[in-house]
Amino acid sequence: MTEQPITIEPKKLRVATCSLAGCFGCHMSLLDIDEKLFDLLKVVEFDRSPITDIKHCGPCDIGIVEGGVCNAENVHVLKEFRKNCKVLVAMGACAITGGVPALRNNVDLWDCYQEVYHYGIGLENGQIPNDPELPLPFDRVHPINEVVRIDYFLPGCPPSADAIWKFLTDLAAGREPKLDYDMVHYD
Amino acid sequence: MTKTCTFTLDGKTIPFEEGETIMEAASAAGVYIPHLCHHPEFKPHGSCKLCTVNIGGRLGAACTNRAADGMKVESETEALNADRRALTQMLFVEGNHICPSCEKSGNCQLQAVAYHLGMMTPHFTHFYPARDIDASHPDVLIERNRCILCELCVRASRDVDGKNVFGIGGRGIKSRLIVNSASGRLADTNMSVTDRAAEVCPTGAILRKRHGFTVPIGKRLYDHQSIAEVPVAGMKEPRRD
Repeated sequence: MTEQPITIEPKKLRVATCSLAGCFGCHMSLLDIDEKLFDLLKVVEFDRSPITDIKHCGPCDIGIVEGGVCNAENVHVLKEFRKNCKVLVAMGACAITGGVPALRNNVDLWDCYQEVYHYGIGLENGQIPNDPELPLPFDRVHPINEVVRIDYFLPGCPPSADAIWKFLTDLAAGREPKLDYDMVHYD
Repeated sequence: MTKTCTFTLDGKTIPFEEGETIMEAASAAGVYIPHLCHHPEFKPHGSCKLCTVNIGGRLGAACTNRAADGMKVESETEALNADRRALTQMLFVEGNHICPSCEKSGNCQLQAVAYHLGMMTPHFTHFYPARDIDASHPDVLIERNRCILCELCVRASRDVDGKNVFGIGGRGIKSRLIVNSASGRLADTNMSVTDRAAEVCPTGAILRKRHGFTVPIGKRLYDHQSIAEVPVAGMKEPRRD
């Protein structure tokens, strides 16, 4: 019997991303790493993500969550990510602190809805959406670490493309992510 | 006058004059000790505890403890910086510090100290306290969501402006910045936008109106330089009293 040469393809890291109560700005910043996305795709493959449009997260190495938790669906998605991802990353101000959506935390939810759907400038005959398909909103927006355990935090509104690149390449290389002073900001 | 007495701070020899605090002597020697409620122009307050140092085995605030000849002080230790980071995190969750929507972002000392200490998350459960805004004054805004109770405005208004506009009312978690007028509104005081109290706030709690976001991102005070490298205005002239 002749021995077959063994070639081992380096296993790509499987990465899932999602946006909860965020503005997709962090995902835009992720896309902002531009042509380096091709380099990134040599070492990672995407699972559930707005980029792939896969609806549910399977087993992954890294999960990246943008946005805080503002409704029941956010909690389901977040728990699915925690269950499936070895390493879970909170990306951006909203995931880490609640961010701009948390500005409503001291406004009554009903007052909020009235303002948005009834009294907003230019609105006529407004009505508050009540379709049963819509997720149940919470009275307050919460950072994701108040719901599940988070392994890493990547602050910024959004984090710069450079910060995301450095963070992901450090993680992919098995290093503890370390960002320069310029790359860490809360806004 | 040459300073004849010395103490060591993290092994470095720091000269000082009789009566100087550890903070004053360290600042004059160009050594940064993290702080928020301290300002060289005003009497020490000793409340934020960020400047806590190890003085010969005992912990104390560098801004309130006087330097003594031959004393050994430690500041940049892993344990002290971990405590400082935890204190800063608590300040963040106690208020509503939403940096992306704050005019002071980039020039804020609370944010800058957090950057300096490597704070990647506020970690603790957010309080999201209900605090109010006082926009009654034509030129000065009070945003209590961002107040850290350092009392710098209280000291500036009382000691420099001679107006005594501000105070801290309430106890414990209910402590809040109050205004010395019958209505409690800033508009009903003699506060002026040129007062020292209008510009001394380390966070975005007291702001001059119509000056928000004038400096673009990338050119703000702490965008590229750590607070340890940016001298606070007046730091070269330690308090004399």
